[in-house]
Amino acid sequence: MVELLINGIKTQAVAGTTVLEAAREMGIIIPTLCYHEGLSHYGACRICIVEVVKGNRSSLEASCTLPVEEGQVILTDSERVKKRRKVIMELLLSSCPNSKTLQDMAANMGVNEVRFKIKNRDCILCGLCVRYCKEQMQAGVIGFVGRGTSRRVSTAFEAKPEECRNCGGCEWICPVCERACTADNLVNGLCGGCQNLVPVETCPICVHCSESVGISGQKVYW
Amino acid sequence: MTVSTKMANVTELEELRARILVEHAANHLSLVTSTGTCGLACGAGEVANALSKTVADLGLSDSVDIKTTGCHGFCAIEPVVVIYPERILYQHVTPEDVPEIISESVINKRIVERLLFRDPLTGETITHEQDIPFYQKQTKLVLDKNRLIDPTNIDDYLALDGYSALAKALFKSQPEQIIEEIKSSGLRGRGGAGFPTGRKWESVRNAYSYDGIRYVICNADEGDPGAYMDRSLLEGNPHSIIEGMIIGAYAIGAHDGYVYVRYEYPLAVNNLTIALEQAREYGLLGEDILGSGFNFDINISRGGGAFICGESTALMASLEGKIGEPRAKHIHTSESGLHGRPSDLNNVETWANVPLIINRGADWYSRIGTKGSKGTKIFSLVGKINNTGLVEVPMGISLKEIIYDIGGGIPNGKKFKAVQTGGPSGGCIPESMIDLPVDFDRLVEAGSIMGSGGMIVMDKDTCMVDVARYFVNFLTEESCGKCVPCREGLDRMLDILTDITEGRGKEGDIELMEELGETIKDTALCALGTSAPNPVLSTIRYFRDEYEAHIREKRCPAGVCKSLITFTIDAAKCTGCMVCARECPQGAITGKKKQPHVIDQTKCIKCGLCRDNCKFDAVIVS
Repeated sequence: MVELLINGIKTQAVAGTTVLEAAREMGIIIPTLCYHEGLSHYGACRICIVEVVKGNRSSLEASCTLPVEEGQVILTDSERVKKRRKVIMELLLSSCPNSKTLQDMAANMGVNEVRFKIKNRDCILCGLCVRYCKEQMQAGVIGFVGRGTSRRVSTAFEAKPEECRNCGGCEWICPVCERACTADNLVNGLCGGCQNLVPVETCPICVHCSESVGISGQKVYW
Repeated sequence: MTVSTKMANVTELEELRARILVEHAANHLSLVTSTGTCGLACGAGEVANALSKTVADLGLSDSVDIKTTGCHGFCAIEPVVVIYPERILYQHVTPEDVPEIISESVINKRIVERLLFRDPLTGETITHEQDIPFYQKQTKLVLDKNRLIDPTNIDDYLALDGYSALAKALFKSQPEQIIEEIKSSGLRGRGGAGFPTGRKWESVRNAYSYDGIRYVICNADEGDPGAYMDRSLLEGNPHSIIEGMIIGAYAIGAHDGYVYVRYEYPLAVNNLTIALEQAREYGLLGEDILGSGFNFDINISRGGGAFICGESTALMASLEGKIGEPRAKHIHTSESGLHGRPSDLNNVETWANVPLIINRGADWYSRIGTKGSKGTKIFSLVGKINNTGLVEVPMGISLKEIIYDIGGGIPNGKKFKAVQTGGPSGGCIPESMIDLPVDFDRLVEAGSIMGSGGMIVMDKDTCMVDVARYFVNFLTEESCGKCVPCREGLDRMLDILTDITEGRGKEGDIELMEELGETIKDTALCALGTSAPNPVLSTIRYFRDEYEAHIREKRCPAGVCKSLITFTIDAAKCTGCMVCARECPQGAITGKKKQPHVIDQTKCIKCGLCRDNCKFDAVIVS
């Protein structure tokens, strides 16, 4: 066991686990997209960044790939974290504005503007499907092709491989194609259908967690 | 080659060296052509062939040695022929010049004046290589042997004390002592991050490996635009890298080594392959090296052309046959790298420094350079500079000395504006900081990095927004695409920069780019991403007014961004010589002889040919 400090609270975690897991154990919510507890850690979406304080210096690290260490000081929702997370959220929304998952997450973060060019890519390349197919289904029929902005998920030579058992897991685990936002008035990449216009309660019982929109519908994230 | 048998001990190595030296001394008149990739591109191959043929035809083969070497560094004057032992240097030699060189310089011992180097600043001719300011002001330690060695002949390297550092390391030192020596020399990695080499070796040596396997790897995936020092070393002096790697492997306790080299460097791959074969033949590589009982061999792995594979974790993934993309480095590659074993990765230039340190000692090495940066560094000096080429200088030298004293200043007497150091992930350093001493720490303070040593000089006709756009475009294409800030962030950054250079910039764009840049810097997964915004952030820091001129006044002060400039002809200056009208590819310029000409703006594509060809400065860019 190692002892670390998350948001000022002393906690213990099993050596070899990650900061994200330790924080979630404590009930602290850190948004994630490319993380899944049943899959290997990837660290691609960067939405789970936390601030690691070392003396009077600090750095931002993806909590899903950051192993816990003795004496670590972690801030999961410092101003710096929130500021950077919002920009990443904007970038994600500008590539996949129709994803309900992303729209909800953005709303909870108080992102109410996307300042970047909207490019409908319909995929955030989180790699969940790729890892699911390989690690859970032992099929490994999909993978990444190309690099940079040309990167995409595909099968070998674009053909349907024999190993694919049509399990549908890739679609099920996808944060983007799983639920498409049906609002018909996306304004500058933001959903105008629900959360941004009308504050809603997302949980029946509010424990005032860090993601909470509160009983009165007031977003506490910012 | 004298012998082709394996050497079983150091005595045999020294005997062989003595034989080679005697042989070399007998043939002391030699004509050396520099045939690195840069030289070959300028026709050095034909020159070398012509030299061989002419010498053979005249029956001089026994008394004159024709040698081809790697790059000497002075790319601006290629193809170069140097006559030893006097070191008479002829520049821009063509095969047609060869008979004259042989008859005049070799037979009659006279100088061919017209082929001599002419100093661009003073206009004087200089006869000897060592008197040329470009060479004179450098401190060549690593690069120096390039001019003396035929890279395909191991004997040339042995003649220059080659592999003596290896013998010293294997028979006179313990691995720990070697690590200590490298640590106290203060050598820092030459690939970009500047991590202390000795400390890296130590952590790899001390890291736990369940089966005892450790790896040493040479990073030769040089990909920065305009940087080619690693290529030059691999092509010109591959044995220095091999020797460095064997010493490193012995110190670390590794028995397998890899050189990860760009596929785009065929000559480097070729010369390295030959060098490895020769080293194996001589018993310097493989099992029981020089009878010491130490086994080590090196494999070559050719990269597929991805810039990101120069990053340590991506490189190792690629070596394993996986997609070349980085992973989080909370567990260092020195603990778990290639195939999950402790792995040491050093840059080509770092490896080439190792034999020097072992041979001449850490004390000697640490006297060169500054407090935090020891030794010399090779820079590739390119862009708007007279003496384009590779320069090796001690750490701490000022930018001014590199650009003016060695580089010979800016062509056509134009004004210096900025220098981009550290490749695409580096930053632009403006004229006001030209006295900046160049070392790892001072460059970071100035908002740039040392990187692998690219130095792109820009004059007043360079638009800094366009430069930033160029580098961001490069990085957008070369990003592996794994993490969001780098893939999407750089892409959106490029959108904003393109908008600005095409006249669609709007208020707030600079601030948005700053915010986006800081986000990418803070949150990207690997060093490519975290340093990618540097060109934008540093140009905003030093040239904010240029960005503002593009956005607010829709004006490109340097006259580069095509959407923001118009070409017109100054009627007062135009003599009606008709040159511009003839040169214009669009036929956009009309006018009668000896009458002022006019540019039809609807036809003009802003190629700038009229301006370049006008002898009277009558073409105005506004």
